[in-house]
Amino acid sequence: MIRFDAVSKNYPNGTTAVDGLSLELAEGGITVLVGPSGCGKTTTLRMVNRMVEPTAGTVSLRGQDIREVAAPELRRGIGYVIQHAGLFPHRTILDNVATVPLLLGWGKKKARARAAELLELVGLPATMAKRYPYQLSGGQQQRVGVARALGADPPVLLMDEPFSAVDPIVRGELQAEFLRLQKELHKTIVFVTHDIDEAIKLGDNIAVFRTGGKLAQFDTPERLLAHPADDFVADFVGQDRGIRRLSFVQAAGLPLREGPALPVTASVAEARALDEPWVLVVDDARRPLGWAEAAGLADAGTLADIPLAPLGHTFSLVGDSARAALDAALLSPSRLAVGVDAQGAVAGVADAYELSAAIAGTGGSLGAAPEAAGVAGVAETAEAAGPQLVKGAADPADAEDAEDADGSGSNTGKTGGGDR
Amino acid sequence: MRDGEPLIRWVWIGDHVGELAHYTGVHLRLGLLPVLFGLIISVPLGILCHRWRWIYPPTLTAANVLYSVPSLALFMIFVRYTGLTERTVMIPLTLYTLSVLIPNVVDGLASVPDPVRQAATAMGFSTVRRVIQVELPIAVPVVVAGVRVAAVSSISLVAVGQLIGQGGLGYYIIRGLQLDFPTPIITATVLIMLLALVTDALLVLAQRLLTPWARGKGAKA
Repeated sequence: MIRFDAVSKNYPNGTTAVDGLSLELAEGGITVLVGPSGCGKTTTLRMVNRMVEPTAGTVSLRGQDIREVAAPELRRGIGYVIQHAGLFPHRTILDNVATVPLLLGWGKKKARARAAELLELVGLPATMAKRYPYQLSGGQQQRVGVARALGADPPVLLMDEPFSAVDPIVRGELQAEFLRLQKELHKTIVFVTHDIDEAIKLGDNIAVFRTGGKLAQFDTPERLLAHPADDFVADFVGQDRGIRRLSFVQAAGLPLREGPALPVTASVAEARALDEPWVLVVDDARRPLGWAEAAGLADAGTLADIPLAPLGHTFSLVGDSARAALDAALLSPSRLAVGVDAQGAVAGVADAYELSAAIAGTGGSLGAAPEAAGVAGVAETAEAAGPQLVKGAADPADAEDAEDADGSGSNTGKTGGGDR
Repeated sequence: MRDGEPLIRWVWIGDHVGELAHYTGVHLRLGLLPVLFGLIISVPLGILCHRWRWIYPPTLTAANVLYSVPSLALFMIFVRYTGLTERTVMIPLTLYTLSVLIPNVVDGLASVPDPVRQAATAMGFSTVRRVIQVELPIAVPVVVAGVRVAAVSSISLVAVGQLIGQGGLGYYIIRGLQLDFPTPIITATVLIMLLALVTDALLVLAQRLLTPWARGKGAKA
């Protein structure tokens, strides 16, 4: 869908923003470009809609070299969302969203009808249509930014740190909403962030860049966490990648055991007979109520009569990850995580040790994903493309490109420095 | 002033209402058309100065040098070409507005937030369309602030044009001096000040209507 072929971007002052990048982004998926500042991720993104022209190599979209299309025309077919939304302050929300349809000459009425549709799609009430950007919160502005990018229903969306200027709670909401939208729309999305957690949460594939504009690894989030290509990636992904990787392991596959569970109607004597330090008390539908501590049991009566320690939280076998299961074990007073089924009934329990043993087992199977070889291959081509750069720079045609790119750089403000 | 002559003879004003109205109209035309012409010159020049920054310092210096030439000298220069006509007054006044309007157009364009400009480019605006549909409208509050200053100063400067017989209400000031008669001097002065104040108020109103989106950001003027 989007293909980078030995693409480099050098600036006249000698900095290299992107160095011999070869990358192919699949159609209909979210590819996250992530890395420290100055790693060329934003420059890479901007080369897709010709906001930045490469010094060497080609970028192609659906098999066509993007230089064959006039830049404004190309851009109308590619949605673009930026950090501070960049809404037009002098236009109403509705007209902001209608921007690209109007540029495409749809006519006011049709463009506005489309814009109203999009506002609804991104979860904004119709009453906001007539307002101006300054009347909206940061999170709402960002939603409008997304709606505007979707204006002419472009197959490709470029998103440059779209959620990094809002507070963490709003960011979480926007991310969830974004994933929901993508499920519906299946756009090909290139998403830039410096936040590895966001990358892992949102990306179908992640390209990790290192300073100097080199691709360090291109992989699925699971594989990135399980098998970082080198120390740089391992470091960038973070110390707790072992735990974070559990987010990708379904809780459904975890081995659970019956555990010391008794209905609330059972007698204290029955609970004692189990000879366990903690007994899980369930209701008549086997939904968990709480933990009873054996040491604190009364001499007679039923489990209904005694105070229960809270469950902490349970994890669901449908939908939750191994990370939630492990967390449940760590928070449980009995150190046992309680797994529940779709109806909320207890399916079984497991402690942290049992869980980690099981997870270690699945870790191996995760690692066997077929992309592994291809990924390493991409990184190698990127390295190998290095020498071509030198050749490219000597080529007068390319030098002209560089000047062009520079012109458009000053055109669009302070884009010249690449990543900011 | 003659003994016993009051500062204002109201009867004189009553007798000259029609004439006063005529000269007020002339005064407005002589004062405001130069602002309009100044704007027509400053907007493209400002756009060029914003796009190619190196043009800006020499352009601004040239505008300021023009502003420093005494109006009387400019009138005398243009009289040779345009005679004792209104044009001879309006050309210097137009040149004077440039030193206020050009920097305001440039500052107005610079007030366009960078993300907005980038977003416009990325949406597929061509450069020309972006300037006209996005950047200039956003520059309006800053440009209007400049227009207000230019209009007020231009309206009060018109009176000097009476030295070549084209001064709008300035006519009464010179006549009053010649006749040692204060009523027309005071009347004309007050009218000129009122014209300036009303014009300024109308410009503020126009800006509010033109830029409802700028409210809440604090008046930039």
